[in-house]
Amino acid sequence: MDRPKLGLVINPIAGIGGRVGLKGSDGPEILRLAMVRGAAPQAAARAAEALRAIVPLGDRIEVLTWPGPMGADLCRQLGMACRVGRGLGQGPTSGADTEAAARWIRDEAADLLLFAGGDGTARNVCAAVGEQIAVLGVPAGVKIHSAVFAVTPASAGIVARRFLEQTSRRCRPAEVMDIDEDAFRQGRVCARLFGSLCVPEDPSRLQGAKVGGGGGTGQGIEGIVATIVEQMQADPDGVYLIGPGTTTRAVKERLGIEGTLLGVDVVYGGRMAAKDADERTLLEWVADRRAYIIITIIGGQGHLFGRGNQQISPAVLRRVGTAHILVAATTEKLIGLGGRPLWVDTGDAELDRQLEGHIRVVTGYRSYTLCRVGR
Amino acid sequence: MARRRPDPLRRFHQARWDEEMIYELSVPGQRGVLVPRAEKAVVEAVGDGVSAIPDDLRRVRPPALPEVSQPRIVRHYARLSQETLGADITPDISMATCTMKYSPKVQEHIAARHPGLTEVHPLQPGETIQGILAILYRLERFLCEISGLDHFSFQPGGGAHAIFTNAAIMRAYHAARGEAGRDEIITTIFSHPANAAAPATAGYKVITLLPDEHGVPDLKALKAAVSERTAGLFITNPEDTGIYNPHIDAYVQVVHAAGGLCAYDQANANAVLGIARARECGFDLCHFNLHKTFSAPHGSMGPALGALGATAALEPFLPVPRITCDGQRYALDHDHPLSIGRVRSFLGNVPVALKAYAWILQHGFEGLREAAICSVLNSNYLEAEVCHIPGVTLPYARGQRRLEQVRFSWEKLREDTGVGTEDVKRRIADFGLQHYWTSHHPWVVPEPFTLEPCESYSKEDLDEYIGVLRQIANEAYADPEFVKNAPYNSSIHRVPEQFVDDPDRIAITWRQYLKKGWAQRQTQG
Ligand SMILES: Cc1ncc(COP(=O)(O)O)c(C=O)c1O
Repeated sequence: MDRPKLGLVINPIAGIGGRVGLKGSDGPEILRLAMVRGAAPQAAARAAEALRAIVPLGDRIEVLTWPGPMGADLCRQLGMACRVGRGLGQGPTSGADTEAAARWIRDEAADLLLFAGGDGTARNVCAAVGEQIAVLGVPAGVKIHSAVFAVTPASAGIVARRFLEQTSRRCRPAEVMDIDEDAFRQGRVCARLFGSLCVPEDPSRLQGAKVGGGGGTGQGIEGIVATIVEQMQADPDGVYLIGPGTTTRAVKERLGIEGTLLGVDVVYGGRMAAKDADERTLLEWVADRRAYIIITIIGGQGHLFGRGNQQISPAVLRRVGTAHILVAATTEKLIGLGGRPLWVDTGDAELDRQLEGHIRVVTGYRSYTLCRVGR
Repeated sequence: MARRRPDPLRRFHQARWDEEMIYELSVPGQRGVLVPRAEKAVVEAVGDGVSAIPDDLRRVRPPALPEVSQPRIVRHYARLSQETLGADITPDISMATCTMKYSPKVQEHIAARHPGLTEVHPLQPGETIQGILAILYRLERFLCEISGLDHFSFQPGGGAHAIFTNAAIMRAYHAARGEAGRDEIITTIFSHPANAAAPATAGYKVITLLPDEHGVPDLKALKAAVSERTAGLFITNPEDTGIYNPHIDAYVQVVHAAGGLCAYDQANANAVLGIARARECGFDLCHFNLHKTFSAPHGSMGPALGALGATAALEPFLPVPRITCDGQRYALDHDHPLSIGRVRSFLGNVPVALKAYAWILQHGFEGLREAAICSVLNSNYLEAEVCHIPGVTLPYARGQRRLEQVRFSWEKLREDTGVGTEDVKRRIADFGLQHYWTSHHPWVVPEPFTLEPCESYSKEDLDEYIGVLRQIANEAYADPEFVKNAPYNSSIHRVPEQFVDDPDRIAITWRQYLKKGWAQRQTQG
């Protein structure tokens, strides 16, 4: 059997904005400011912590990485043999370098790509390789909202090592989230879903899986999907507007429909009627038909409407009717809200008031959790 | 009082035998017992015995049982027993919600040896098992007194089974009133998950309520959840967290007002025995796990019995047979047309009922109440001490005392050191203590651990336990990796957590083990 291959990508400037209070490191101006404020890079140190579990594997694995501060330097420092791809010019590294490195590692058929960075780095990796290979994040950035990171750098190492040593490897899709840094600096938290990566299944060591413990999350999702599909079958003449997210995507997969991860798709008569529809298209579809909205809660803030799904506008919502909203989420996700309510911010205060109160969220097969909705 | 150990921590090392599986010990032709041939008179009366079995019920091939000599079998199981920890060799404070109290040995002796119990046939007519029926009848009266409800059934073979039976009773009740459309059950996330799972198995939709900021279920959410679809509420109190909901009657009223019934999961009733009753809270149904609260051994250590209580209004729906008494003789009564029928064969797990009956007689009313008080005091002491251990926090309901069990959190320890509850749990085994109970999944309290000392354990036992937790917390702050690599003194050093729930990797029977090809893989190394 071939030796397992581990890809390693370090975003050397990840986390730089954090300690000096800049709430992120995206963009050249912030990077300059951070350097001026005396920020010291720490991604390499975090990656080194993760690699502690990997170093003892020696030449039982092959390590693939990118030149200089993006991996090769650290491997040399730790005495790890590695094969280094070709890239990287002069000057500070950028997201494009992360993307190039990730693509090369994918092309070399690595078994796992370990990257050190934050949400911004995760977005770059996602843009480059999507769910084509297994990926795991070493938390080294300022913003860690995505569910693709291990809880600590050391646990990233343990997960990676176990994954490489395993014969049956289990992965699941995990959401890549990021917040709008400019808005965040102005005190508004506004997280968006950017895509998904395929991460090793290890609930007790992955972020966002703090609520995990044993057992994977797969079963929960299967039950949720079955329940939603049953409800759709109960009204086959209805029009279904399916919002963004991995949970809702799983519903479309079950129906054999290839939808979008980030957009709103219209399903009618068991078929895709409009992919990635805008508000106008949605309004046309719901104008004179009985319609339902199927959405999930995205990430840690618990927004139902008004974040990442603005196409489902107040006009669409009013037309569909608040009784026809189906919300689906795993119990883990609800617990991850830490007792905070779900939020609506449709831009229409009267409508928000109507949505306030309690809503049933599908959390398993014919199982629901009653959640408070605030605004 | 016993002499105080200068150091409460024990130097413990568990046996490790590297023992084969019983099937791997099999040698063709070896026998544990040589069964004598039937005597002539017997052969004359019944023939060879086998030809009396109908063809389609007879085995074609003999069963693939291991062939092992008697001494080797004895050695095998004795060795395995040395590789486990049980309630008899360790203070079992770890398994909260399980109420691992001491089970008096005298009960085992009666249950295992009394011919009135061991020599009866399940199909014997009622007139010939008057003693057993008397015990069940009297136990029913005791439990009615303890719960305030009017009738009990001893058929369910465990707590989850009793909850399932309660769900079936609710359905029969609503159907009899022409309200079969009630297909929703409400429960709470800190109630034992059987309260969601068993009604779901019975075909209900299940709606779960989350706690409010005080850690009790959100009453507003309950009001939003009830409707004309509501069949009933299934709830524990105190919940898994140990937090008692003082307004439980208000919750019951909301459900009653919507036409639903309320079932009180009293599997673990240790906090309220002789203090509070299901009836005064307004419940229609309840169940007690006789294998916890009433001292019969729990878990893999014994068979179970979920004694199910109901109000008079629900009596027609209880499982049959019911046990009656005309003042002198006891009888089995099957004549209940509205009954949901049987949920278990024969009379259920009678030895468990016998142990509970004996335990109640040993204690009397005052004794039961004292058991509750002691278990809460023990838990309060443990809570106060454990909360002083670095890295421990107590989520929800600040400043409010828990009752008989407490759900703590190692979240701070994990943030400070990277050592989480699963790590501490593994390290505990190095001190000769049972690994503790974290919580049901998914974890609502982060990095949880849940302890319940019951009334059986002394202050020395509690101090030993506290000392072990403190020692591990100190180790975590000094050398996290040391704790993460535990256990060192246990029979297994590393549980492959990655695989224990992977259907491709686990084999829980020998047949599966062979089918999945693990035997070959092992020999090939
Ligand atoms: C509160 C509670 N309810 C129900 C049960 C389920 O009981 P059993 O394990 O006998 O099915 C338990 C058992 O652990 C419990 O603690």
